[in-house]
Amino acid sequence: TLPCDARVRRAAMAPRRPAKRLVTALCRAFSGRGCQLAPKRGAERRDAAPSRVSRFCPPRKSRHDWIGPPDKYSNLRPIHFYIPENESPLEQKLRELRQETQEWNQQFWADQNLTFHKEKEEFVRSRLKAKGLDLRTASGQKATLNAEEMAEFYKEFLSKNFQKHMYYNRDWYKRNFAITFFMGKVALERIWNKLRPKQKKTSS
Amino acid sequence: MAASPHTLSSRLLTGWGGGCIWYLERRVTRESPRRFLHLLRNVNQQWVTFQHFNFLRHMYVTQLNRSLKQQIKPKPEPAESPFLEKTSLDEAKAEICEMRPLVPPSLSLSRKPSEKALIEPEPTSVIEGSIDLGKETKEEKQWKEMKLRVDDLPGILARLSKIKLTALVVSTTSAGFALAPAPFDWSCFLLTFVGTGLASCAANSINQFFEVPFDSNMNRTKNRPLVRGQISPLLAVSFATCCAVPGVALLTWGVNPLTGALGLFNIFLYTCCYTPLKRVSIANTWVGAVVGAIPPVMGWTAATGSLDAGACLLGGILYSWQFPHFNALSWGLREDYSRGGYCMMSVTHPALCRRVALRHCLALLAMCVAAPALDVTTWTFPVIALPINLYISYLGFRFYRDADRKSSRKLFFCSLWHLPLLLLLMLTCKRRAGEEGTGAPQS
Repeated sequence: TLPCDARVRRAAMAPRRPAKRLVTALCRAFSGRGCQLAPKRGAERRDAAPSRVSRFCPPRKSRHDWIGPPDKYSNLRPIHFYIPENESPLEQKLRELRQETQEWNQQFWADQNLTFHKEKEEFVRSRLKAKGLDLRTASGQKATLNAEEMAEFYKEFLSKNFQKHMYYNRDWYKRNFAITFFMGKVALERIWNKLRPKQKKTSS
Repeated sequence: MAASPHTLSSRLLTGWGGGCIWYLERRVTRESPRRFLHLLRNVNQQWVTFQHFNFLRHMYVTQLNRSLKQQIKPKPEPAESPFLEKTSLDEAKAEICEMRPLVPPSLSLSRKPSEKALIEPEPTSVIEGSIDLGKETKEEKQWKEMKLRVDDLPGILARLSKIKLTALVVSTTSAGFALAPAPFDWSCFLLTFVGTGLASCAANSINQFFEVPFDSNMNRTKNRPLVRGQISPLLAVSFATCCAVPGVALLTWGVNPLTGALGLFNIFLYTCCYTPLKRVSIANTWVGAVVGAIPPVMGWTAATGSLDAGACLLGGILYSWQFPHFNALSWGLREDYSRGGYCMMSVTHPALCRRVALRHCLALLAMCVAAPALDVTTWTFPVIALPINLYISYLGFRFYRDADRKSSRKLFFCSLWHLPLLLLLMLTCKRRAGEEGTGAPQS
């Protein structure tokens, strides 16, 4: 089945207005160029920290990747990878690596940002309670602490997550280098393929 | 009148520095005069205006906070007007320079026009004929094809190499070249200029290549080319290599090996030491200060061919300047650093942060006094530089004592005009060859 079909089905599961089904049906009509998602992508995205499954489908004639707006939880921009018909094993490896890195990154940052927000709220709440203040000021707005009071929280949060960041940094650098290296290899392969048919023609 | 602080500061400081501080002040304070006038004019709509004012003020404050935080919670549906969006980005731009260690006085000034265009939502329609139904389609419109257009390439590469920051680095190198006690050689100067520029482009590109996910999460850096997918990492690295190799070669063989070695060392220090260290230890600030100090030293060695006391003094001045500049800036970015996992003094050792800033303000003063002793300038220099040095030291002291946002901002903005002015004064007081005193004899 076409992947956009799959996305349409998943989207239809969520409560949506009928008009949106029309949009997604149109989307299905526009796509159908054989783009495939990595099989476990959909399921993982559903279970992962809530990054929305985008129902975006690139135009049929496009032969490039597409990049979307920043995810509202992770702030990272998702990429929709183009799969050419004659994709070589190396190109496939690169694409899968990029896909997997993207999901890993999205997961980490969505998690990080949500944890930060949650712990910050808890901190503010506990401090306000300790001071004997309401969570809302007289004018109905949310009460906040000043920067100096928050500084304690920032310091604690940073040191608490230090080890997590160390592992992330190390992995990120490794993946970034690997992706770039494979991009180089793929580029060389493509250049070689472009030159090779000419050689064959001249020899035969 | 609300305009008077701006005109006053412009009158005090001429040219670039004055324009810079005026512009920054204007950005920070422009909302209040506008709202104030609005209030005064519309007597009939007074009550409505007052509510509007309160609403705007509330939104301004939350936008201000948000500009420092960058979407840590899901963005609400776009209720904010573009006006407020712009306000927050202005504030964010006024907070520049997380990307130290180099001199960025007019960074926000020059960045504003280009980033203004990015405020409006991308108009490129992705799916032709898509019906405009709710946020799903609007979100789909924001998807862009990752196809490199040759026309866009110069702009993209300029942003990748942080061309404005590079320009400022090169200007400190030029200052070093001009201050060196050697006859001004135009060809040597141009080679140094180009070589240092290329080296800086390379270093900045690699820095952006390393920091894509972190840049995405900070407001100031989220519109960089790699973050937006306008260029592939491979192309970024290739560009960096194509800048680094000719740049360092030009410096080594076109100028002298010492300058070339310093250039290469600086690239290494910035990309392989400072950038990763930002996430590991607060020592990154000191490393970054060295990175900022090396370009003027390169200018000096390019002119004289040797690393003498004058070069070290100039490097020392730039080194010390980095601390009040960066520490004051980082005071307002503590939340972003904490969330993003950056190890900065302002978060982990706030007292040290302020102490170091003050310490180096005083060091600047001391080094300005040392300048004539080392035959870099005449004795007029420390005298005429005294007012600005005392002022920045005073602001450094206030920051040390008060430890609040207001004092940190004042110190930061002061540092922006302090350095160019100081370098200018040094140039005007340069010790000419054959002068009275211990003028360096021309060999």
